[in-house]
Amino acid sequence: MLSRVADSIYWMSRYVERAENLARFADVTFNMMLDLPPGSAGQWLPLVSTTGDHEWFQEHYGDPTQENVIRFLTFDPEYSNSILCCLQSARENARSVRETISSEMWEDLNSFYLLVMDAASSSDSQQSLQDFFHEVKNASYRFKGITDGTMPHGEPWHFARLGRYIERADKTSRILDVKYFLLLPEPSDIGTSFDDLQWSAVLRSVSGLEMFRKRHHGITPERVVGFLILDRMFPRSIMYCVNEADQALHAISGSPMGTFWNPAEKQMGKLRSELAYAHVDDDIIEVGLHEFLDALQTKLNTAGKAIYESFIEADSPRVNGGRSQMQTQSSI
Amino acid sequence: MSQSPTTHLDFSKYNTGEFFDELVDESGKPRNGAELLIEKLEALDFEELKRRQAGAERSLFRLGITFAVYGDTKGKEKIFPFDIIPRIVPSNEWEWLERGLKQRITALNMFIDDIYHAKWILKDKIIPEEIVLAAASYRKICQGLDPPRKIWCHITGTDLIRGGDGQIHVLEDNLRCPSGVSYVLQNRLVMKRSFPQIFAASHVKPVVDYPSQLLKTLEHLAPDGLPNPTVVVLSPGSFNSAYYEHSFLAQQMGVELVQGSDLVVHEGFVNMRTTAGLKRVDVIYRRIDDDFLDPKAFRPDSMLGVPGLFEVYRAGRVALANAPGTGIADDKVIYSYVDKIVQYYLKEDMIIPNVPTYLCWDDKQRDHVLKNLDKLVVKAANESGGYGMLVGPHSTKAEQDKFADLIKESPRNYIAQPTLSLSRVPTIIGDTVEGRHVDLRPYILYGKDIFVLPGGLTRVALKKGSLVVNSSQGGGSKDTWVIEKS
Repeated sequence: MLSRVADSIYWMSRYVERAENLARFADVTFNMMLDLPPGSAGQWLPLVSTTGDHEWFQEHYGDPTQENVIRFLTFDPEYSNSILCCLQSARENARSVRETISSEMWEDLNSFYLLVMDAASSSDSQQSLQDFFHEVKNASYRFKGITDGTMPHGEPWHFARLGRYIERADKTSRILDVKYFLLLPEPSDIGTSFDDLQWSAVLRSVSGLEMFRKRHHGITPERVVGFLILDRMFPRSIMYCVNEADQALHAISGSPMGTFWNPAEKQMGKLRSELAYAHVDDDIIEVGLHEFLDALQTKLNTAGKAIYESFIEADSPRVNGGRSQMQTQSSI
Repeated sequence: MSQSPTTHLDFSKYNTGEFFDELVDESGKPRNGAELLIEKLEALDFEELKRRQAGAERSLFRLGITFAVYGDTKGKEKIFPFDIIPRIVPSNEWEWLERGLKQRITALNMFIDDIYHAKWILKDKIIPEEIVLAAASYRKICQGLDPPRKIWCHITGTDLIRGGDGQIHVLEDNLRCPSGVSYVLQNRLVMKRSFPQIFAASHVKPVVDYPSQLLKTLEHLAPDGLPNPTVVVLSPGSFNSAYYEHSFLAQQMGVELVQGSDLVVHEGFVNMRTTAGLKRVDVIYRRIDDDFLDPKAFRPDSMLGVPGLFEVYRAGRVALANAPGTGIADDKVIYSYVDKIVQYYLKEDMIIPNVPTYLCWDDKQRDHVLKNLDKLVVKAANESGGYGMLVGPHSTKAEQDKFADLIKESPRNYIAQPTLSLSRVPTIIGDTVEGRHVDLRPYILYGKDIFVLPGGLTRVALKKGSLVVNSSQGGGSKDTWVIEKS
């Protein structure tokens, strides 16, 4: 398939997944704020920090108030990673590959986009915001379902899958990271019911509370961290996502699992083995959760660049001008 | 003809005005071939007709047959307006048209080939040399080129109009990148859903095989001995207003839709960049003008094209449809010589007549044009899409003065034609049915044989009294039914 088409499908899928995760992000923080004692309103700042666009926020907004941060993440037409802009980018990518994706996908992405456009122009009461986050999550589920049900599971589909899981792995790590920031400042709270409440909120934000309870019953930080990073069954865990991405890469190239024919497979395979042989206490808590997650995000970015080099810019002679630039790497 | 909610259409009360109507004659009787349609339309409750019209519009939206509105940042898209009352072409008239179009394309192809080789037609003084060589669409770089199978104009969309006297004329030859065929196919799909019974009873010639005919035409151009040539559609990209059509045709033919940046000239061949490396391309259906095709051969500032493409083409290692240089034959001054062109190459009389045309390049004719600007339609010789045009009777004095200056400045660049009273077709307008002016663009494919798609795009000027059918200027479309010979 054409490199440009692969690139567009990959990014279409990433942007939809990114929008969904932003909604989860904002939703969980929003809910947690409601549970926090009065006076802890400054907790919106970590959310901004983990986007990696802290400076941009400072410059355009100043104070990290709830209102500012939510606008920044949801409807800001200037901020290229807001939910609104993600949907715009997803749609533009889809538009350029309309002959490759199914018409059902195109129609559905269009209505997803219109949903966000409408929400952006209507009043933003807290109630309607929560509904909105819920709708965004559902729209993303629907888009994935339509993609899986109306597109042949060939090379283009695997690029969509690749984009989705790389984005999701990155976002799960960031959701975990932001909660780590939020929860850490009060060591005296560790192990209290308040702590329990907050970790439940983290799990709920990735729709993982029920699955976690079935598997581990009682909540401890180690178990939650282990679940979100290393669980092989939970579809939003980093391990699961990396596994899916790795399989997609091998389906694209046709090489056997456990071997590599291109830099993308090499990077992803290394990351997958690392996670497969990691233990939550020795390899994550011991190193420091934040440090571990930071390193993980770097590796995901390296894998993303390797995908670009392997398939999009593959060994072909360059032409001056006209060539599409790499789209914004995940910075949230 | 006004309709109250429970009434039915009654075409005996339909007012054709002083125009030729395609479906009914002056007395309100259905024309040859339209009897069944008129009968069924009259039997239908008018509200039901409107419901079907609304249903058709919804399907077009769902199918995504939209065009982007330039400058609308909210990304709103519009459908190309569609009217469900079809235009009918009876079988005997269609046979005549088909013969006429094949004749015209055959002659024009010979003309182009001659112009870029020996130029016999100029040497024999059939056409003044200077008007050919001075045409903006004449490409000196194409001199001596031998396109595969000696075919230059593979895909043509010829604009036809019918005047008040009922005579069909050729208004324009579009030999560069004529668009609109996707609407023909999609309109037909929607019509079959809107009027399944009427459609089934009417014996309409099918249009569904256009994409496979197009693919055959393109594959015919591939270099010899290639069992499985790679065909692509080259588009300027998703911001082009005809992008929908480019992606539709690629999808229907099952070939890749590429942009200039997807193609690269490497070791003497054109290749596309794929996830598995470079892949050779053999035939390019390009929907980009000559000017932008290759910055090394044409406009150096083009970002849409492929550097070095023209050299590969000249060497015969890739085919282009339509061939570069083809535009010389749809120059509007050359147009006025098509009867002579047909006579010269085929020794036949031209079957479908042209519209009378005044050439501003000729002193006497220019005087006539300048004196009658308020009555004539003036067109720039090298423009299309309704741009660079003056419709005399609908223009202001200031506009006429502006065109007078333009004509005096570069007379070669302008032609004028009488304002024609285009024929009309009944069209749903609010709660009534009124006549609206139409033209017709059949599509002709020149491959191993010449194929004319039965029917074509009927464009309709939806504004009352308007003669401009272009989609950019308030035009819509209708399905065109060529009735099978019974």
